[in-house]
Amino acid sequence: MTDGRPRVPGHRRMLMFAALAIASVAAACGGDFPQSSLRPQSDVAREIDSLFRGIFWWAMVVFVVVEGALIVAIIRFRERPGAPKPRPVHGHTLLEIGWTLAPAIILIFIGVPTMITLWRIDRPPERSEVRVEVVGHQWWWEFNYPDLGITTANELHVPVGKTVDLRLRSADVIHSFWFPRVAGKRDLVPGRVNQLWFTPDSVGVYPGQCAEFCGTSHALMAMRLHVEAEEDFERWVEQQLREAVEVEEAGDDPLVSAGRDLFFGAGGCISCHQIRGTVAAGILGPDLTHVGGRGTIAAGVLENTLDNLASWIKDPHDVKPGNLMLDMGLDDEQARQVAAYLLSLE
Amino acid sequence: MATAEAAAHSEGKAGGTYAGGLWSWITTVDHKRIGILYFLSGLFFFLVGGLEAMLIRLQLAVPENTVLSAEVFNQLFTMHGLTMVLFAVMPMAAGAFNYIVPLQIGARDVAFPRLNAFSYWLFLCGALLLNSSFFFGGAPSAGWFAYANLTSSQFSPGHGMDFYVLGLALAGAASIVAALNFIVTIINLRAPGLTFMRLPLFTWMTLVVSFLIILAFPPFTIGTIFLLFDRMFGTLFFEPSGGGDPVLWQHLFWIFGHPEVYILILPAFGIVSDVIPTFSRKPLFGYPVVVYSGILIAFLGFGVWAHHMFSVGLGPIANSAFSGLTMLIAIPTGVKMFNWIATMWGGSIRFRAPMLFSIGLVAMFTIGGLSGVMHASAPADLQQTDTYFVVAHLHYVLFGGTIFGLFAGIYYWFPKVTGRLLGERLATAHFWLLLIGMNLTFFPMHFAGLHGMPRRTFTYPAGLGFEGYNLASTVGAGITLLAMLLFLLNFVRSLRSEATAGANPWEASTLEWATSSPPPVHNFDVTPEVTSRDPLWYDGIALPAGEEEFHMPNPSYWPLVVAGGILMAAAGALVGLPVALLGAAVALAGIYGWSFEPIH
Ligand code: HEC
Ligand SMILES: [Cu+2]
Repeated sequence: MTDGRPRVPGHRRMLMFAALAIASVAAACGGDFPQSSLRPQSDVAREIDSLFRGIFWWAMVVFVVVEGALIVAIIRFRERPGAPKPRPVHGHTLLEIGWTLAPAIILIFIGVPTMITLWRIDRPPERSEVRVEVVGHQWWWEFNYPDLGITTANELHVPVGKTVDLRLRSADVIHSFWFPRVAGKRDLVPGRVNQLWFTPDSVGVYPGQCAEFCGTSHALMAMRLHVEAEEDFERWVEQQLREAVEVEEAGDDPLVSAGRDLFFGAGGCISCHQIRGTVAAGILGPDLTHVGGRGTIAAGVLENTLDNLASWIKDPHDVKPGNLMLDMGLDDEQARQVAAYLLSLE
Repeated sequence: MATAEAAAHSEGKAGGTYAGGLWSWITTVDHKRIGILYFLSGLFFFLVGGLEAMLIRLQLAVPENTVLSAEVFNQLFTMHGLTMVLFAVMPMAAGAFNYIVPLQIGARDVAFPRLNAFSYWLFLCGALLLNSSFFFGGAPSAGWFAYANLTSSQFSPGHGMDFYVLGLALAGAASIVAALNFIVTIINLRAPGLTFMRLPLFTWMTLVVSFLIILAFPPFTIGTIFLLFDRMFGTLFFEPSGGGDPVLWQHLFWIFGHPEVYILILPAFGIVSDVIPTFSRKPLFGYPVVVYSGILIAFLGFGVWAHHMFSVGLGPIANSAFSGLTMLIAIPTGVKMFNWIATMWGGSIRFRAPMLFSIGLVAMFTIGGLSGVMHASAPADLQQTDTYFVVAHLHYVLFGGTIFGLFAGIYYWFPKVTGRLLGERLATAHFWLLLIGMNLTFFPMHFAGLHGMPRRTFTYPAGLGFEGYNLASTVGAGITLLAMLLFLLNFVRSLRSEATAGANPWEASTLEWATSSPPPVHNFDVTPEVTSRDPLWYDGIALPAGEEEFHMPNPSYWPLVVAGGILMAAAGALVGLPVALLGAAVALAGIYGWSFEPIH
């Protein structure tokens, strides 16, 4: 019953629109996506990714069938002058059973792989090689390695090819731990301890961030995952195990020592921050023992440079609205001194 | 607003007469006028919620933007969600329930007219109370889902969350009252011969939605009461250090929240199930299956709430159960799509505005449904939940589905309500602009989400690849705004045009088209007798001869007094005990006056 008549304008406009949509999507797809769930770099993430791709193609099949049928229907059965009155068809039992069963069968093809993946990744890992305790804070991450005796913040270091076994808890509200390249999300819920694991398979630095709305600066609660070769990880562990006094003996320029005095004195920083090996033993803020060695500060928000550190110390709320670090009233000069001291803590 | 509608009503009052003036609207208990009030209030809040969305898109147009502060942004996305769900879509649908359902079943009014007025006023009080928070120290900013314990007085110290609890308590009570009214109305006031399996689909879905409302809102109300107690009286329902559990809130919220999405979509499904047959000149294909699938969707809707919680860590047993049940919902939903297409198949399709929007719903909801199946798969969802992928999904369902369906209904019934047709050329432009605008806004969000952009973030850094998608979304939002302006222009212009629509401009088959446009106060001079599913098409209606005696209910201001008293009592929770007591006294006095009001 298809015909060679000129098509209705509405239909042509629809095709034009579809072409436009596809073009815009294609244009937008060219970039580089360091935080993409579609570029998996671990066993768990790869498994989720291939599950997703399977479902995606089934969805495409259904999409083409439904939208295709719709388009054919509206073109073929549009009103035409002189056409006879449509027959009052009330239904067709066999057809209706057919299109009830068809989705049910497709769902089997989606449901079975779903269950297989789910029961693999939603249970404790077979091996647990690097254990890390993750504590969510408004708006930063605390990482403790109980077997290694290391505490750090916002930058998680793990060796490649080893199964990382995370225990997740929260110090305040619900957060969600999410490194899309290596695993799906898992929430950090006050009063509970959750588990998440993955085995990263490629060396690299991957961004991640909190995925459960957790208050004013939720958007600025990012983090970095450093997946390192075994030797590099070992070196990092060794570095982290050193106490700050040993670090401090390394050298002393006047800027640094002025900064140290401020940090331990008038700055008031020690009430919230710990620097192991010194009197600074605060627990409200991130451990700063090796803050100079971090690539970023303030939960992945700023690059760790002298200028950025200084502006953070001078006015933390300008960088991160509502955050719980106090503005200690230091001037530009003093902030730079403290920043220099912190950078010396590698 | 009242004058425009009053003008619309000044003609066509065959039979009964409407009193004019503001007071007559304030004291009205007429289902048609209450329907108009519901609809116009909903439309107003739709514009408010839309404005909030525009501001959100403006802030996210480029990375690290500073148009809005974090705090304001968080208030806006919270209020956008609440406003659209509870104060825009639900009341616009309630407007249609009110106006259309009694007409579709051949009744003179709803079962409890004064209760009907009360639910409108109480809804309005709730909406105003919540929105007034913008002027009293800030709106709630913990999301419409308001996860505990972020909502505790420690982590949300201002009054925003108190406004949330109180505003939603009023709106929720209003919805429950309205739903009960419609259940009784539909079960008891059907015209002779109008059996359940002859009911128009819109009335059917109203019935199903009403049951959803009375079952879904109470758990949520309980949750808000717990929260109120935690915040005001120091209880520890959601406080882990005291043995409480924040996850309890999530269960209570989503036992409400998931059926709520069916509360939002099923009226739209009902509308297109009436519109598609009309404009295809063919009866609905597989009527019983469309009805049963609607009921099945509603039923399954209560068993899937934890699919919003796959990342909480409920364990593999719960996750696989909820995953599987959620996938099942795809079946009755898919059946509906096929039945609509089969209704068009073999028909003679007229592409008038209501039909365009109905076709749009089928096309767009399909996309939302398919992304829904993607996150029904719990492991896949672990990458999707709380990202822009979900934002894309929910807007294909609620914008492409519900809003398109509601527009189909607006264009379809506008002539019934006003006696005038909406301009067809502006309507067509509105449709295409809205279709392009919404796709440009929401389609790129799929990619933003899969590439790792979480939702509810007031800013995002450059370099993660989100820039292009977000800019496209913002441009799309601008086009959507333009489309809405066309609609408003059309709306206002058409209200001023000649009333030439006539009783049945679309040559539709259901009872509401058997009476004049607009209908007289008493709807039908004589109650029609129905002998088929499409009474106006296949000689399915008989009008008994002779005059009929009936009484229309008197106007009453008591419903407003009771609602106002409750509003005062709620505000008293924030202002002080005397105000609360005074409010309670006013409400009680109102109930007393209401009870002993003479009926004739
Ligand atoms: C009231 C407690 C408090 C005080 C006092 C305080 N901080 Fe902080 N600090 C915090 C918190 C909390 C954070 C985490 C903020 C965030 O990222 O949201 C933080 C973060 C930091 C960071 C970033 C660490 C990282 O790896 O991301 C640095 C550096 C820092 N503070 C330095 C200082 C200095 C220097 C002082 C003294 C001038 C100081 N803080 C005083 C609470 C405090
Ligand atoms: Cu967080």
